[in-house]
Amino acid sequence: MVTFIETLRSPIERKAMATSPTTVLRVPPAVAGVDRDMDMSQHPAAITARGMNFYYGENQVLFDVNLTVPERSVTALIGPSGCGKSTFLRTLNRMNDLIEGTRCTGEVLIQGQNIMEPAVDVVLLRKHVGMVFQKSTPFPKSIFDNVAYGPRVAGERNRAILADLVESCLQKAALWEEVKDRLGESAMALSGGQQQRLCIARALATNPQILLMDEPASALDPASTSRIEDLIGELCANYTIVIVTHNMQQASRVSHQTAFFFEGNLVEVGPTTQIFTSPSQKKTEDYITGRFG
Amino acid sequence: MSTARPSMFQRSRSANPKEQLIHVLLLCCALVSILTTLGIVVVLLRSAVYNPGPKTAFFEEVSLGEFLTDTRWKPVERSQLSPEADQGHFGIWPLLSGTLMVAVIASLVSVPTGLGAAIYMSEYAGPRERSFLKPVLEILAGIPTVVYGFFALHFITPMILQPVLKHVFGIEIGLFNVASAGIVVGIMVTPMIASLSEDVLRSVPRSLREAGYALGSTRFDVSMRVVVPAALSGILAAFLLAFSRAIGETMAVTIAGGHKVLFSVNPFEEMRTMTGYMVHQSFGDNSADSIQNKSIYAIGLALFVITLSINIASQWILRKFREVYQ
Ligand SMILES: Nc1ncnc2c1ncn2[C@@H]1O[C@H](COP(=O)(O)OP(=O)(O)O)[C@@H](O)[C@H]1O
Ligand SMILES: [Mg+2]
Repeated sequence: MVTFIETLRSPIERKAMATSPTTVLRVPPAVAGVDRDMDMSQHPAAITARGMNFYYGENQVLFDVNLTVPERSVTALIGPSGCGKSTFLRTLNRMNDLIEGTRCTGEVLIQGQNIMEPAVDVVLLRKHVGMVFQKSTPFPKSIFDNVAYGPRVAGERNRAILADLVESCLQKAALWEEVKDRLGESAMALSGGQQQRLCIARALATNPQILLMDEPASALDPASTSRIEDLIGELCANYTIVIVTHNMQQASRVSHQTAFFFEGNLVEVGPTTQIFTSPSQKKTEDYITGRFG
Repeated sequence: MSTARPSMFQRSRSANPKEQLIHVLLLCCALVSILTTLGIVVVLLRSAVYNPGPKTAFFEEVSLGEFLTDTRWKPVERSQLSPEADQGHFGIWPLLSGTLMVAVIASLVSVPTGLGAAIYMSEYAGPRERSFLKPVLEILAGIPTVVYGFFALHFITPMILQPVLKHVFGIEIGLFNVASAGIVVGIMVTPMIASLSEDVLRSVPRSLREAGYALGSTRFDVSMRVVVPAALSGILAAFLLAFSRAIGETMAVTIAGGHKVLFSVNPFEEMRTMTGYMVHQSFGDNSADSIQNKSIYAIGLALFVITLSINIASQWILRKFREVYQ
C-alpha cells in the first residue's frame, strides 16, 4: 500500500507543495531488474513516435503524441480510463488496422522504419512486436500448441525445433516448471495467472524484440500479479516492454520510464522515479496523488 | 404516493379473462406440434412394431435381426406355397446404402463449399457483402426440392456427369444415378451448412482473433488455425444437421436417383433410397394390411430413428460448444 505523504498535508500546504519542485512522494520498491533512475538518454531508441494523431472515424482520440521508448527497458503508460493508452499501444503493432474506419497520422519509427507506411507488412511487424492482452486469450488448444502457434504460422514444422522453442519460451515466461508434465493438456484448464504467462510465452515464441502489454495483470489476483511483475523485471533484460496499467503502484514498481496520458495528450514522460516524486506537470501530480481518475 | 386508493393497482383475477384466453390459445399452438410428433410416433410404432388389434405389425412378421442384416429387399408376401426363390426378403441394406450414398456424396459437396462460404461471410466479407449474401442463401434454401430434382435429371447428369465421365474416363452411365442425386442434395444443403456454420464462427470471441493477428497471422491463418478449430464442435453439429437433412430428403432423390433396389457403393448406379421407396410404395395399390404397406412404416421408423439420433447428437454438441464461450 502506498501512502503518498502529499495526501497527509493540509490543503494550504498541499497548494504550496504543488508549485514547489521538491514534492516528495513515497513509491514502493521496484522489482528486481528495473532501475527506475536509469538515464534514458544514453539508451538507443526501440520505438520513436512522432506527431501521432489517431481517429476513430471523426473522433480524434490521440493528439500529437511524441514518445521515445528506449531499448531493453520498461515504459509504463498511465492515465485515467479512456485517455487513449490502449489506442496508442495498439498503433505500435498496427492492431488498430483491424478496426473499421480508424485513421492515424504522424510516424512511428521501429528500427529506423516508419511502420505507419502502407508498404509495411503488418504480419512481419507483429512478429517483431508481440502483444499480451488484458483478458488472457489462450487458444482452445493444448499448452504446447498454444506456444508453438506463432512458429508454426511462420512455417516451422520440425517437431524437435518446436519442442525446444516451446520449452525455452515457457521457461522465459516462468511457467515451464508448472506445466512441463502436461504440455498436451488444454490451455483452458490453466489458472488465470498461468494463462496470462502462457500468453506471454506464446508471444515470445515469435521471437519479438518488443513486447506490448495492455493491463496484463488487471484481471489477476495479487499473487499472480506479482509473478507477472517479477517476470517483467526479468524480461526487460532482453526485450523492450511497453505496458499499460491503471495501477500506479504497478507502474512505479515495474517501469524505468513512465508516460502520463490525459484526454488523448501525452502530458509528461520521464524516468519513473521522477514522475512519481517530482512530476513537472500539475496534471500529472494531481493524477498520481489520486485527486482524479 | 400514500394518498392513492389502495385498490388502484390491485390485480383482479376475474378482470382479465382475455389474458387467460390468450394464454390458453398460445399453449394450444405449442401443443399442436408436440402432439403431431407424438401422433407420428404412435402410427409408426403401431404399423411397424406392435399392433394391439387383430392385425399384425411389420416386425411381428419379420424379425429385427433379418431387417438389420439381410442385404436383399424384396417386399412380397411370404407364403408356404411359393418356392424358396420367390420368398420375400426384408433387409434394409439396399435402401439404406442408397440413402447413405446420397448423404455421403451430398456431404462431400456441401461440407467444403458450405464451410468455405461460412468462412468467407464471417472472416472476409464486409458488412455490405454479408447483408447481400445472407438473404441470397436463404432464398436458395427456400427453392422447392422438386426443382432441384429436375435440375439433377436435366442438367447435372446429361450436361456434366455423362459427358465428363464419357470423355475423360470412358464410362457410360444412365440418366438415373446416385451421384447426381447426391450432388444436387449437396447443393441443396449447402446454404444450411453455410448459415449454421457462420453463426458458430461469428460467436468465436473477437479477442481470440486479435490474439491470432498479434502473433503475426494472416487472415487465412486466423480463419483456419484459430477460428475454425475454436468453432469445430459447432461446425460439426451443423454438418450433422445437414447430413440428417440429406438422409431425409425425398423429392430430389426420388426423381434423380432412380428406381433400382440395389445394395451397392457404386455412385453411378441407379439406386432407390429409403425415402424413394416410401414414396413409390405409397403410390402402389397394395391393401392396407399387406406386408408392402407395412414395410413403409418400418422404413419410416428406421429413418425416424436415424435422423432423430443425429439431431440429438448435434444438439448435444452445440450445447457443449455454447458452454465453452458463455
Ligand atoms: N473501437 C473503438 N471505436 C470507437 N472508439 C473507441 C474504440 N476504442 C476506443 N475508443 C475510444 O477511444 C478513446 C480512448 O480509448 P482507449 O484507448 O481504449 O483508452 P484507455 O485504454 O486509456 O482506457 C475512448 O474515448 C474510447 O471511447
Ligand atoms: Mg485500455
